[in-house]
Amino acid sequence: MMFAAAALALLATIALALVRAALGPTLFDRAQAANSVGTVAMLLLAVLGFLDGRPDFLDLALVYGLLNVIGTIAVLKYFRRGDLGDPGIDEEPAK
Amino acid sequence: MTTWIDALSWACLVGGGFFCIVGAVGLLRMPDFYTRMHAASVIETLGAGLILLGLIVQAGLTLVAVKLLMVGVLIFFASPTATHALARAAMVRGLKPLLADDRSTASKP
Repeated sequence: MMFAAAALALLATIALALVRAALGPTLFDRAQAANSVGTVAMLLLAVLGFLDGRPDFLDLALVYGLLNVIGTIAVLKYFRRGDLGDPGIDEEPAK
Repeated sequence: MTTWIDALSWACLVGGGFFCIVGAVGLLRMPDFYTRMHAASVIETLGAGLILLGLIVQAGLTLVAVKLLMVGVLIFFASPTATHALARAAMVRGLKPLLADDRSTASKP
């Protein structure tokens, strides 16, 4: 019962974040919403494991979290630089 | 004993769910990108922390609790990194924060 309540709250959170991802005026709003959805999906996987009585879902949650971080940073780097292979130095070159 | 564990677990899970929804509402209603980022961090600190604490209380001293702790450590290291990268990318791309002055002049007819 308590796991169902937590799962419902997390589903509502995902729904609201998806609305922001659809509305979001800038690219970064959408990236932020995607990152939030990823974090909440990780929590939802953990809660669903308890809801089903199958705690193996926690391994899925861990892998999902790792992929989420890498995905967010890769997308940001691509949209900042236009290239995934860029060394990523932010300072302007000396004139 | 189990009654107390269940009560503590209920409190943590409901509190975590509440803070997740609060963060999502903030993500939807805040006026500009940087304030939205601030609202979203509620999900990753209080929301995630309380929900994981509730699950750990329910799991007891088992391997499941260790895995939950690892999920928590991952969130606590990774989400500030992602937020920092987002803010930095937005600043580099020239997205200006909404300041109080802009707001008062924008609201004037």
